[in-house]
Amino acid sequence: MSWEVVIGLEVHVQMNTATKAFCGCSTEFGAEPNTQTCPVCLGMPGQLPILNIEAVQKAVLTGLAIHATINLESKFDRKNYFYPDLPKGYQITQLPVPIVEHGYLDIPSGDGEKRLGITRIHMEDDAGKSMHEGLDGISHIDLNRAGVPLMEIVSEPDMRSADEAIAYLKQLHQLVLFLDVSDANMEKGQFRCDANVSVHHPGTPFGTRAELKNMNSFRFIKQAIDYEVGRQIELIEDGGKVALESRLFDSAKGETRSMRSKEEANDYRYFPEPDLPPLRISQEEVNAIKAGMPELPGQLRKRFETEYGLSVYDADVLTQTRELAAWYESLAAAHPADPKRCANWLANELLGRLNEADCGITDSPVSPESLASLLDRIADNTISGKIAKDVLDTMLETGHDTDTVIEEKGLKQVSDTGVIDAMIQQVLEANPDQLAAFRGGKDKLFGFFVGQVMKVSRGKANPGLVNQRLKVLLKS
Amino acid sequence: MDIDVQKVAMLARIRLTDAEANELGPQLSNILGYVDQLQEVDTEGVVETAHPHDAAMPLRADVVTNTNRREALQKPAPKIESGLYVVPKVIE
Repeated sequence: MSWEVVIGLEVHVQMNTATKAFCGCSTEFGAEPNTQTCPVCLGMPGQLPILNIEAVQKAVLTGLAIHATINLESKFDRKNYFYPDLPKGYQITQLPVPIVEHGYLDIPSGDGEKRLGITRIHMEDDAGKSMHEGLDGISHIDLNRAGVPLMEIVSEPDMRSADEAIAYLKQLHQLVLFLDVSDANMEKGQFRCDANVSVHHPGTPFGTRAELKNMNSFRFIKQAIDYEVGRQIELIEDGGKVALESRLFDSAKGETRSMRSKEEANDYRYFPEPDLPPLRISQEEVNAIKAGMPELPGQLRKRFETEYGLSVYDADVLTQTRELAAWYESLAAAHPADPKRCANWLANELLGRLNEADCGITDSPVSPESLASLLDRIADNTISGKIAKDVLDTMLETGHDTDTVIEEKGLKQVSDTGVIDAMIQQVLEANPDQLAAFRGGKDKLFGFFVGQVMKVSRGKANPGLVNQRLKVLLKS
Repeated sequence: MDIDVQKVAMLARIRLTDAEANELGPQLSNILGYVDQLQEVDTEGVVETAHPHDAAMPLRADVVTNTNRREALQKPAPKIESGLYVVPKVIE
């Protein structure tokens, strides 16, 4: 009998607010340890949390973008557990009534799309950071991250393969970046994922799931799920049973291993957070947030196809990030004659060179206006497309503008008939045998003469004009 | 109502002697039994109370108001190394 894989994902997204969820401490990444804390986020007695309005708005915006229900009244609860990086002894989260419920994302699947349900998004606060490496018998605790606002985005168990899980995660990652609700840097732990994985035979109830914890790279998530699926199938086929437990992915060994028995840790003794009354927001506030919704990746992609006539592929490449899409739009505005040429030069030439230099589009030494002027020089035949690539290299190296580089390197295309005629004359005199053969009826030699003239001009002669003048002069 | 007092104590990280647990068990059961009377009230159609005060949550503008007070805040900590709290090794 065949096996079916069932995957549900819980994604923790750190919101990019300036301050923490419940106090006015900075959330800036990379500060000196424990310099961004206060009695509230340190869990000192007698302190009261006050919720950050920006965190509420970002959660609502995300909910609207996944077509979800926004609960105008939601509640906060305490999840109790003991760990040194959790100074309060509990996490403030939302259990029975989260701010967002019942949404979905559509991911590309075959020729069409597959709709994946999102159960809920709730707000909660992050824990601090524990460090163990190179320490003997002790751990170090930095509480700068304690209290930073998180959204936990919980999907339905709708994914049927590791590839679907990755497609969902990539789309969600792109979405939170476009919405500017998170910086979503995976290496910094701002976008991390738990995967609930089980296997069963189609038509039978779902199997017992294992929870793969805290993964922060797409590659590792795929490896971890694939490994876990294989482990579960083998276990069941050998007569064993999958245990309901948390497992950690060991990226060095490429396998998952049991973290701890969940029975003890699972007893979180949730109860309503007495320090926080219900969170109420009005429909008017929700509408205002909706009105400020930026263009989403799918809409942007479709607009690039219709407005600029781009291929599906180019539109997809150029809408990977908001910054890149904005860069393209500036370029197309500065070189309106040919949006496709803009797309080709940005996607194939500039991005390729920037990637090689490990440079992001926002740090490009060549501006959209500068690249547009290079495309203008191709369009008006000042330089050929081939030479333009060399000019772009030099622009990237020196930071000089198009016309300066063309001038400095003497790359201007030669379109002066007198100069081209002189070059042709020189070529004809240097190749009397070929000339005689051509005039004797060997038409194929025309290409040879074009090549020779281009060589004499060191690639700068206007090829159209060379053709035109050669036809005249070869016959005379 | 029977309560596993030692389990509850363990979850709360409170160490109890068997004598203390034996004494606390009936007391906790009594409290739960007392509260259990509420279950008898017919709450059909009554909206759940989220909070004893019927107040909506005040919200705070997203502006940094706290400065670095590490030195003062770390005074009560038993051990600090390079600004980090030192705790017995915790790792899974």
